[in-house]
Amino acid sequence: MISYPGWKIALVAVVLSIAIVMAMPNLFGEQSALQLARDRAVVTEADRASVTQLLAGKGVAPAGAFLDQGRLTLRFARREDQLKARDLIAAADPDQYTIALTQASRVPEWMRNLGLNPLKLGLDLRGGVYLVYKVDVQSAVKQQLDRYEQDFRASLRTGQVPYQDVLVDYPEHRVRVLFRDADAAARGRAAIAADNRNLSLSDTTLSGSPALQLTLSDQQIKEREDYAVQQNIVILRNRLNSPELAVSEPQVVRQGVDEIAIQLPGLQNSAEVKKILGKTATLEFRMVDENDNPLEAAATGHVPLGAKLYYTRDKRPVLLKREIVVTGDELTDASFQPNGQDGPAVSVSLDSRGASKMLKNTEENLGHLMAVVFIDRAREKNAQGADVDRVTEEVINQATIRGVFSNNFSITGVNPIEGRELALLLRAGGLAAPLEPVEERAIGPSLGQDNIDKGRNAMVFGMLAAFLFMAVYYKAFGLIADAVLIANVVLLVALLSMVGVALTLPGIAAVVLTVGMAVDANILIYERIREELRNGVSPRAAITAGFDRAFSAIADSNVTALIAGLVLWLFGSGVVRGFAVVLVLGIATSMFTSLMGSRALVQIIFGGRRKIERLSI
Amino acid sequence: MEFFHKVTRFPFMNTRKIWYGLSGFLIVASILLVVVRGLNLGIDFTGGVVVETNFTAPPNIDRLRAALDAAGLGGAQVQAFGSSQDILVRLPPGPNASGAELGARILEVFRAADAGVTLQRTEVVGPQVGKELFEKGALALLATLVLILIYVLMRFTLKLALGAIVAVLHDPICVVGFFALSQMTFDLTAISAVLAVIGYSLNDTVIVFDRVRERARTARKLGIAQVIDESINQTLSRTLMTKLVTLLVVVALLIFGGETLHGFSAALVIGIIAGTYSSIYISAALALDIGLNVDDLLERRLTKPEEVDGLP
Repeated sequence: MISYPGWKIALVAVVLSIAIVMAMPNLFGEQSALQLARDRAVVTEADRASVTQLLAGKGVAPAGAFLDQGRLTLRFARREDQLKARDLIAAADPDQYTIALTQASRVPEWMRNLGLNPLKLGLDLRGGVYLVYKVDVQSAVKQQLDRYEQDFRASLRTGQVPYQDVLVDYPEHRVRVLFRDADAAARGRAAIAADNRNLSLSDTTLSGSPALQLTLSDQQIKEREDYAVQQNIVILRNRLNSPELAVSEPQVVRQGVDEIAIQLPGLQNSAEVKKILGKTATLEFRMVDENDNPLEAAATGHVPLGAKLYYTRDKRPVLLKREIVVTGDELTDASFQPNGQDGPAVSVSLDSRGASKMLKNTEENLGHLMAVVFIDRAREKNAQGADVDRVTEEVINQATIRGVFSNNFSITGVNPIEGRELALLLRAGGLAAPLEPVEERAIGPSLGQDNIDKGRNAMVFGMLAAFLFMAVYYKAFGLIADAVLIANVVLLVALLSMVGVALTLPGIAAVVLTVGMAVDANILIYERIREELRNGVSPRAAITAGFDRAFSAIADSNVTALIAGLVLWLFGSGVVRGFAVVLVLGIATSMFTSLMGSRALVQIIFGGRRKIERLSI
Repeated sequence: MEFFHKVTRFPFMNTRKIWYGLSGFLIVASILLVVVRGLNLGIDFTGGVVVETNFTAPPNIDRLRAALDAAGLGGAQVQAFGSSQDILVRLPPGPNASGAELGARILEVFRAADAGVTLQRTEVVGPQVGKELFEKGALALLATLVLILIYVLMRFTLKLALGAIVAVLHDPICVVGFFALSQMTFDLTAISAVLAVIGYSLNDTVIVFDRVRERARTARKLGIAQVIDESINQTLSRTLMTKLVTLLVVVALLIFGGETLHGFSAALVIGIIAGTYSSIYISAALALDIGLNVDDLLERRLTKPEEVDGLP
């Protein structure tokens, strides 16, 4: 008897059964679908019922409808139905849902409920847009230093401490406050410490004067940079999930230290999305300086103290007070009202801090003019090719404060396109640091399908070649190897479906490559068995020796391939990672199937026989 | 069926000078090719814009190029990609290059030649990304080599490990040389293939070494060179068979995988061939010339009990 413990056979059987079930969702194929989402609210079971009822009434009943992560996916048997249904849903209530065109698997509902999902396809296979932005983290640190400068000035002013100047030194990451004498410096320290408890200021002297210095530690700089990247990710997600941009399943992830990678499956035209993503537009509310003449200030260039010169849309000068009443950061909500009383308007809500400031301001300034300043930063290249931030600041609206208000009000004076965009940007929040596009890949849907076909062909023909070779060269044992290979592919597909890694074209290449490499283990075993047989060992002993002795060679050779795969996984991004993940998982599954699976199969076939005359190998 | 009925008796060690010469020539030629001809780096590394379009009928490429020049898109590389109906346009990195806009502009120019032309793909990579990726790739290569060296060191002796590493280094150099020779686009997927080749081509070397170690005891009698020769011959059938099947699969990838995977599959084919060659002819021979002796092979088994004894 060839001995192989029964529990190992049972383990192989259990693992394979699970794998078959997990790989099953991939057999159903896809259909055209619609994905319905709500702005900051989930789509409910009741919505599903009402939408399907609406569509069924018009003769375009969906082939399937399911809720996932607050979105409703409707699947249609025909592509025409998909477009027809979209128009019907939009016509029924234009503002209720964002509707994105997509593809959905035909997996039955019970399977989906068990958490069984098909493989996700990467952008190169399903089409879509891939964007990478670099976050200007240095500017986030600069902003932090600027904020300290302003805070220090404010603290010293309220504490009535005389000081000479506050200097910001960007390259050294420090802010320094200059005083006339040591006494002022000591009072300055107390004033600043009163407002900023956990700052540690050091004493220093600068060109003979005593000074206080705040230097950001490397740790603080890193925290600030991390914060900027994380914050930008949150804001980009918010922007992508807003109903103004109908994008299905957007993915926003951090890549490396200061990059953000965005995947927008199915998206065809990236222009509009990119315009929204890179925007840093925000608002400021300031009181109008009604005591000075703006025309005179504009003509002479002499701006009165405590005021700042702005221009309106139609290029008229306006003087606004330096103090900001409320900034865009204090907004909690904004929505566009196309048909307001005074034309298109953006209605906004403020957070409690902003609301109390607005309340105080409107109480004090009843009957005075308040202005809304629209600020837009865009990064451009100048003639020398260096990056320059171009800042546009425009007064979009001036209105007399007619009543006291705090957290809810409307801004008029916007045009319809701008109003929609402004509402989106205000709601999503401002970027913590400017973004710079560094990579953009857009793949059309027909190319995606083409890539799927090519990948499938390569896989089918590659595997066929390996199968035939094994069957011819190793006869019965070759067929065992073929069965094991199929098990390996099933296991790999199951694992990939479970992990949720998106399959890309290089990923398919990795599947094909691991098939080639999985065969190796079987060849090593069979060659060893043949060698033992040549040395006159009995068939039964040859099988045992073949598996046992080939083990270390198989383990060793796979470990080196595994090392290369893991390094690729760690270092690579995008394309490379898609390849590496599949390679690593494939090596793992192939080791399991060829060492345990193949052994179990041999045991099932030969284990029961009392005498083995000769082996078909 | 069986190709190797009897164990072969090729004199690998006696002829090793010839194989060193061949390898040396390949390495020098590869390096010269890279230096003189250079690599045709993909936009992953150079930065720039690639736009792929699909025509309803094969267009005249020269005329398309002229039309792009006239439209102010000079310096564009225009070439067929896979089939003669798929046209790839490549532009150097420029300031404020927006993929969507450029794609639309190129499509507009091409519409004059063929109204049914469609945009298949646009890729824009900033110039600084390319540099970073290149550095990352080089770092990954180095990390892989170091980790593999450590692994082989742990499993075998220093001399065998050195032989293995030099043999392994030989393979990616040949692959890169091939890319310089053929002027195929060297991009990120090609780098992945090179790294996969490094991991994979060590397989055979490890199998040969495994056998050498297994037969170490007989080496006292026969001499180390003889044992290495016999080990390589004994494992020759499995070395060739495993590589043959993998090659079959990778060639399928080369033929059916399409233009995108062309560079990747080609790198694998060359890498697997080079890897098989270096495992058979170079790695063990090098170890022998570094001064591998029987004690090196037996060392581990002998020292183990001593280590245990040496413990307090």
